[in-house]
Amino acid sequence: MSTTLESPSRSQQKREPTPKSTSKALTIALAGNPNAGKTTLFNTLTGLRQKVANYPGVTVERKEGAWTLAPDRAPARLIDLPGLYSLDAASLDEKIARDVLTGQIAGLPAPDIILTVVDATNLERNLYLATQLLEYGRPVVIALTMIDLAERRGIEIDVERLSDALCLPVVPVVAAQRRGIEALAGAVLESAGQEVGPGAGWRLSERAEEELRALSDDGHQVHERHAALRDLYGEELPKEDHRQRAVAGARARLCELDRNWWQEPLLARYDWIEQVTAQCVRRAVEPKHRTATEAIDRLLTHKLLGPLILIAVMLLVFQAIFSWASLPMDLIDKGFGTLGELVRNRMPAGLLTELLVDGIIAGVGGVLVFLPQILLLFFFITILEDTGYMARAAFLMDRLMRGVGLHGKAFMPLLSSFACAIPGIMATRTIENPKDRFATIMIAPFMSCSARLPVYALLIAAFFSTQKVFGIISVGALMIVSMYLLGITVAVCVAWVLKHTILKAPPPPLVLELPPYRVPNILTLTQTIWSRAWIFIRRAGTVILAISIILWALVTFPRAHATNDASAAPTNAAEQSSVQESGDETGEQIRNSYAGRAGRLIEPVIAPLGFDWKMGIGLISSFAARETLVSTFSIVYNVGPDEEEGSPSLTEAVRNAKRPDGTPAWTPLVAVSMMVFFVLACQCMSTVAVVRRETNSWRWPLFMVGYMLVLAYLGSLITFQGGRLLGFT
Amino acid sequence: MVMQIQETLKDSSLAHLPVGVEARVIAVQGESPVTRRLMEMGVVPGAPVRVIKTAPLGDPLEIRVRGYHLALRRTEALTITVTAVTDEER
Repeated sequence: MSTTLESPSRSQQKREPTPKSTSKALTIALAGNPNAGKTTLFNTLTGLRQKVANYPGVTVERKEGAWTLAPDRAPARLIDLPGLYSLDAASLDEKIARDVLTGQIAGLPAPDIILTVVDATNLERNLYLATQLLEYGRPVVIALTMIDLAERRGIEIDVERLSDALCLPVVPVVAAQRRGIEALAGAVLESAGQEVGPGAGWRLSERAEEELRALSDDGHQVHERHAALRDLYGEELPKEDHRQRAVAGARARLCELDRNWWQEPLLARYDWIEQVTAQCVRRAVEPKHRTATEAIDRLLTHKLLGPLILIAVMLLVFQAIFSWASLPMDLIDKGFGTLGELVRNRMPAGLLTELLVDGIIAGVGGVLVFLPQILLLFFFITILEDTGYMARAAFLMDRLMRGVGLHGKAFMPLLSSFACAIPGIMATRTIENPKDRFATIMIAPFMSCSARLPVYALLIAAFFSTQKVFGIISVGALMIVSMYLLGITVAVCVAWVLKHTILKAPPPPLVLELPPYRVPNILTLTQTIWSRAWIFIRRAGTVILAISIILWALVTFPRAHATNDASAAPTNAAEQSSVQESGDETGEQIRNSYAGRAGRLIEPVIAPLGFDWKMGIGLISSFAARETLVSTFSIVYNVGPDEEEGSPSLTEAVRNAKRPDGTPAWTPLVAVSMMVFFVLACQCMSTVAVVRRETNSWRWPLFMVGYMLVLAYLGSLITFQGGRLLGFT
Repeated sequence: MVMQIQETLKDSSLAHLPVGVEARVIAVQGESPVTRRLMEMGVVPGAPVRVIKTAPLGDPLEIRVRGYHLALRRTEALTITVTAVTDEER
């Protein structure tokens, strides 16, 4: 069938033989455009047998699963590549994909077969990636998705002809219904033992092919066609000196002939694709009625309704997170309370029991309480992403985001950061330009994340719960909204400053696919939520657990009776006056503990913000993770684990805490000052670690912690001192 | 009226193409990564395009190209030369 198409000789290309043995487990790379149905296919093929990790040194997600091709064979290793439109661009995702295809990743052999997902409704653009994959000298198998949708749109594809024209197997699949999966496995198994097809049937002009041939064997090394093409037409020049000279020379010669010389392979590929599709695709006259997506978009991206709906969606999401999560949160809270009680009653009193109950159970429980909220937020964000609404949000917000120098695509990561800055910062990978990406990363922690909620919740419950404004709006709700708004406002200002100083760059371009609306796949949805929630649970089990133990040790040692003489502790003014403080044994214990000493050491610095040394302990511990402030307070204010965090007893204890002179330690103004500090400071080890990984340097995370700390201090100072001047207490 | 619109649209930029008018790409200028990405995504000479709508603040644009929808800014749309498609050509 491919008579009209040129079958090129590919003598210049050296190919490794494909494995013939049937017993060896195959390695298969899965590639495809974003929104082509790749994730659904991957999940269907591998079920729950998948591993998610990162490629070494970068944060591109490395997803791998086991795919049983036939019952009598070892399951294949299926490597899920990032969603790609092309393999030529300079971005991280594309580089990783090329490294996987050429076997450059340690512990990952070059794939035996490349399986690529091609969206039937979008054949031409999807085949563009296929023309590039065909150059890697590996058998390529196409899984044709969305055929049902294509049929409904009047696109008829002759699969057999397409397969003949491309010289490779094309298998139609409907992954969600497991249709075509067996045929796909069969096609893959068959290709595994076979010679590689002739590759893509497009050619450059005589002159360009000549240059390419010269570059393929430059006297130092033989380069495969895809490598030579990339060197000649890619965005960057190769690194080696001699190669760089050769490529620059070739480029100059081609440029002399044609100013748009670099477009040649692009145009040649699309020319070839159009030839192929002309043979095997029949399009009915474009239907007069609108597609469902266009109809939905008439509302959702409407000039007036669009933004209103976006605001309504965001409100709904946050409302749901606050109200729906409260029941499971109470249950978890009570569960840990009961567990602590049980352990205390069953075990002999002593250090070990104290460690278990006050340290581990109280600390870890206090954090796991937020799991329901985090699950709900990820649930909504995943749904918004998978339905295709997130792209519309970026479309609607782009103009505004650009006003402060950010990309429309930054909207999604920033919205995710309201759940947790970590997935938000990881989501900035979709922003190609590093400067735009770093600016987004730098302001992501200003979005009030779920870890700040317990802090707001505790302080608001203690000081603002009962008051109402105009008799209807509670001051508490107003406070929370103000904190969110404060974070957003500061983020916008900082973004503007960054984009006009150290990250100066022209406004970032926007090229964004608006995919058709889809009903999210339940399996994909659960898996995404689970893998994201798991990151949080693992953190609770590791970082938070460690901090809880360390913190418990720091407030427990040295034991009070061993260091009763005052000379053991540093002396300062606060120390002197503390003699009048309550003779309560536990209070004395915490005062003289290591944590107490550290708190008193920083007291002079934080006093202008309205904080005393006990709050200082909380501040110090919260730099590891914000939510530890609550568990720290329950230790510092000596609230038993039977009366868990956030319960009346802790709010009571906070309200009743006294300074040495007998005045209340906390006032509403101190609480506001503390909340402002938490809005602005970067108190999260995990965020710092993620930023370190994403920016691949210590400079950015340290800068972030530094400037946010300065802003937090100033914000708190202005709040407290300004508030006092205005007569608030 | 239709003839008139099509006359003025001979070889204009995509940014100036009225909403809903069928057109064809004539050329893409520029050498930036954005231009490259646009072309990789199928915005090459000969491809049919149509502006679907503009975002609430007038920018970016939503266009339909090769059967899918793409958002891009006016700055980028200015680099794409298009010509309106007459009924016979269709």
